[in-house]
Amino acid sequence: MIDKIWLVVLFPLLGVVINGLAGIKLPRKVIGAIGSLAILGSFITACLIFVEVAGHGSAERVSEVVLFTWIGCGSLQVNAGFLVDPLSLVMMLTVSGVSFIIHVYSTGYMAEDEGFRRYFTYLNLFVFFMLILVSANSFLLMFVGWEGVGLCSYLLIGFWYQRQAPADAGKKAFVVNRVGDYGFLLAMLLIFVTFNTLDFNKVFAAAPQVLEKGGLAVTLMTLLLFVGACGKSAQIPLYVWLPDAMEGPTPVSALIHAATMVTAGVYMVARCATLYSMAPISMEVVAIIGCLTALFAASIGLLQNDIKRVLAYSTISQLGYMFLACGVGVFTAGIFHLVTHAFFKALLFLGAGSVMHGMSGELDMRKMGGLKTKMPWTYGTFLIGTLALAGIFPFAGFFSKDEILWAALQKSPALWLGGAVGAFMTAFYMFRAVFMTFHGESRIESHVHVHESPGSMILPLCVLAVLSVAGGWIGLPLIAGGNQLKEFLQPLFSVAGHAAPAEQAAHEVGLEITMMLVSLGIALSVIGLAWFMYIKKPLLLEKLSARFSSLYRLVYNKYFVDEAYDALIIQPIKNSSLWLWRLFDEKVIDGAVHGTAALVLGASGALR
Amino acid sequence: MGLISLLIFLPLAGAVLIALGPREKPGLLRGIALTTSVATFLLSLGLFTRFVAGEGGFQLVEMRPWVPGLGITYRVGIDGISLFLVLLSTLLSVVAMAASWSDIKVRVKEFMICLLFLETGMIGVFVALDLFLFYVFWEVMLIPMYLLIGIWGNPGRRIYAAVKFFLFTMFGSLLMLVAILVMYFYHGKTTGIYTFDLMSWYNLKLPLSMQVWLFLAFGLAFAIKVPMFPFHTWLPDAHTEAPTVGSVLLAAVLLKMGTYGFLRFNLPLFPEATVMFVPLLAGLSLVGIIYGALVAMVQVDVKRLVAFSSVSHMGFVVLGIFALNVEGMTGAMLQMLNHGFSTGALFLIVGMIYERRHTRMIADFGGLSTVMPVFATFFLIVALSSIGLPGLNGFVGEFLVLLGAFQAEPLWAVVAGLGLILAAVYMLWMFQRVMFGEVDKEENRGLKDLNLREAALLLVMVFFIIQFGVYPKPYIDRIEPSLKLVLKRVEERGAPLRPAAATAAEKPAAATAPQHFTTQHHN
Repeated sequence: MIDKIWLVVLFPLLGVVINGLAGIKLPRKVIGAIGSLAILGSFITACLIFVEVAGHGSAERVSEVVLFTWIGCGSLQVNAGFLVDPLSLVMMLTVSGVSFIIHVYSTGYMAEDEGFRRYFTYLNLFVFFMLILVSANSFLLMFVGWEGVGLCSYLLIGFWYQRQAPADAGKKAFVVNRVGDYGFLLAMLLIFVTFNTLDFNKVFAAAPQVLEKGGLAVTLMTLLLFVGACGKSAQIPLYVWLPDAMEGPTPVSALIHAATMVTAGVYMVARCATLYSMAPISMEVVAIIGCLTALFAASIGLLQNDIKRVLAYSTISQLGYMFLACGVGVFTAGIFHLVTHAFFKALLFLGAGSVMHGMSGELDMRKMGGLKTKMPWTYGTFLIGTLALAGIFPFAGFFSKDEILWAALQKSPALWLGGAVGAFMTAFYMFRAVFMTFHGESRIESHVHVHESPGSMILPLCVLAVLSVAGGWIGLPLIAGGNQLKEFLQPLFSVAGHAAPAEQAAHEVGLEITMMLVSLGIALSVIGLAWFMYIKKPLLLEKLSARFSSLYRLVYNKYFVDEAYDALIIQPIKNSSLWLWRLFDEKVIDGAVHGTAALVLGASGALR
Repeated sequence: MGLISLLIFLPLAGAVLIALGPREKPGLLRGIALTTSVATFLLSLGLFTRFVAGEGGFQLVEMRPWVPGLGITYRVGIDGISLFLVLLSTLLSVVAMAASWSDIKVRVKEFMICLLFLETGMIGVFVALDLFLFYVFWEVMLIPMYLLIGIWGNPGRRIYAAVKFFLFTMFGSLLMLVAILVMYFYHGKTTGIYTFDLMSWYNLKLPLSMQVWLFLAFGLAFAIKVPMFPFHTWLPDAHTEAPTVGSVLLAAVLLKMGTYGFLRFNLPLFPEATVMFVPLLAGLSLVGIIYGALVAMVQVDVKRLVAFSSVSHMGFVVLGIFALNVEGMTGAMLQMLNHGFSTGALFLIVGMIYERRHTRMIADFGGLSTVMPVFATFFLIVALSSIGLPGLNGFVGEFLVLLGAFQAEPLWAVVAGLGLILAAVYMLWMFQRVMFGEVDKEENRGLKDLNLREAALLLVMVFFIIQFGVYPKPYIDRIEPSLKLVLKRVEERGAPLRPAAATAAEKPAAATAPQHFTTQHHN
């Protein structure tokens, strides 16, 4: 079965071809079915391969399947090939599984949209590239998926291209990602001149001999790769495109900008664990950027009124946790959080989409309230997602986040503190969202006729809700008697002989439980605080914001980062380009040419 | 008559036939022209099938004495460097004929004669192995393009553009002519044989001082043609004023003659000077990459934007050549072909909307995706190919160029890589302003989507755009051996001058790498 791995990417491609070319004659139901079934095909194939691989001993779980030589020139030999190992399998399962659920949801959500066929074509194309990204056997092929998902993100953010904002947001996403990709590209060049290959397995196998631990080469490589990760996974300073990406259809936000694509950076760092483990400085950078992003984005999330923007900043923040995990050396915990986050964040976005659907497109939480009775299913599942994200026992986020914070504490109290404060903010802004949307008095405008969403949307919510509860148990910490995910993934990160110290450190069970209880207790009290401020005493908020008005404005306006980028980078480049064209091209060069011509004419006239 | 000669003279024969044909029946004339170019293209496929992959030297060589007294020979042949450029020329000639179908309405007869003349010139330049013959073709090609711009261009500035094009190119050509004659007499003086045969010239060892001057004379002619910064200012004018077909052929084929010239003449004839001039040429191409992209960004005219993007893209080609390693040079060759398809297609696309709206100003459009969905899909793919999206053609070439540049001097790749970011900015921004948004102008509301002929044209381009991106192996396998020969010549004679002589020593190991890897994968 492993050698049939190409089926995983073939199915979505077939979906693209059929819907893209022939779909114009097909009814919507068929288009939706083709799109969804294509992804189901990938998921089933991935499951079958997973079962086969899991049956092998941990030493025989890595294999490569090569289809053909893609680029063979000089010493560069790059194949179209797949790397099948526990890490890529976990990613393939998550990506295809969540994608399938969201495809089903989309058949309901997008049912009335004019661009139905275009939507499903793009969505399948996205899954195609995403699966290439996670299953590629070399940096260069991964880069194909990497930029390919960027393209689909561009197309889907700007799906409603008739309006200015989505078109702008799509372009912004692509360009900011390109800045990150520039880092990725330079990293590849450096890796190639160092190893003379871009194949993952060859690079990682040779790394301990070729590179000097902590040396300049490996540090530079990993930092440049991390620039790429910052672009794709929206970390400081390249996170600015993700909030704007919310202009796309909500299932797209759920799939691409929460569950899958934006986690590609985390996957890439984990994939290169061998290299990162040899570069302590890079690890520190990853941890610090991750921690700062987690805090920074969470603080912005505290004051957003647009329900999707809250979730967007929350995603940036959660991605920060994943990088924090990688940075402190617990790559499995990072991947674990990636998986659980995929479940509950997809759930939350789809829930928000359901709210939008029921509220005729309204996103402003100030115009909601009291929805829990009108949309009970949406409410129930959204609450589960919120509990999972806030890290409340026994929901998925509890286990993964706890593991990250525990590992951060082993490394540095400051990182732990940052993560913990971020976690409390997370609990606060999520329950703020729940209270503003579903509880309290209705602030819904009279013309809006609220209704619960159709079954095709509710069913996916329920499936994701189950996963958000149960998902955490695959990665149970030590105390519960063994972590299956870790067992599956860990060999990959230690085979290289560079397992991180934090991961090897024996868990002090008592302390870990204490920490869990403490964080749980604080999270619960934060929820209480949110309830107090938004349900019990809503007036308190106004007083507070008036009291700290300049701070409030700073955070409310997202620290004016977009404005700063525009003034410091975009405008100067535009102005100097204009200047180059007008002055240099037209005056200096052409001036010289015309001057010479005039001179020759004059001289020949004088000579005559 | 050999296959290559057939390719050269068939378009010429078609032109003669049209010249004799009745002016009142433009349809017939078009038919003859199209048939001729299609026949030429089909015949040229024979080059591909007969070409032996893996051989670096010249193949299918034909030789006939022409002016024996002066050592002038009709000598033609192809190697990996010229093979695909000839195919590109014959294919794009067909595309150009079909693209001009409804575009050109005046002086159809002369127009078709010009195009066929141009085709002969293009093929001739790439296959000539005698410098005299080469120069003849080089000049022959100049005239029809000058006429295309001057007669069928946009009223207004077309004369200015045509003259500018002519003067820039002529200036370079004359310097090259002087250099050719110097070479000719030097060869005669030192060996006693007066000949224009390129093969004989390859064996000549010139003193460095002479190499420097000759390199500059040839180099300037080619740099203007590419065009390299700062000799590029004729290009935006020529492109904007030329009819669609002129722009397509100019971008897709004519610019390549500059970079082809570097590979065919400058590198192998003046190896020591080549090594000496690497910093200058790499530097100028880097400036061109960034400068072209920045200036493209602020253009208000779509055609001008594409023209400046060409300056940027051709900078990559020259950079790859002067990286002086297999990866960079192969990348440059691929990029030459890729640019032919991507930019050729972009000019077709601009032509299609120009034909509908009679404007090229970005601000006059907006929301075209809504009224022209099929067009939008093609445009998107072509735009993405132009910005080097992996999986499409542009990426393979650009990555190899960057890889070659990085190996030669990491800083080059660091700077050139910025061009990729800027490419996304100017291309997507233009795409957004033309295609996205509301249809806010009344004139754009009723625009017709592509007709079958237009869609077929773009389909051909898009086919190669995807095929090159997914499976470039057939091209690389045929291009690489010839480039290795050029490289060997440069390294053998120019190596002592290179600061990093180590790269030369590494190459044999690299050359064996392919077999090594392939056997491993078969296991």
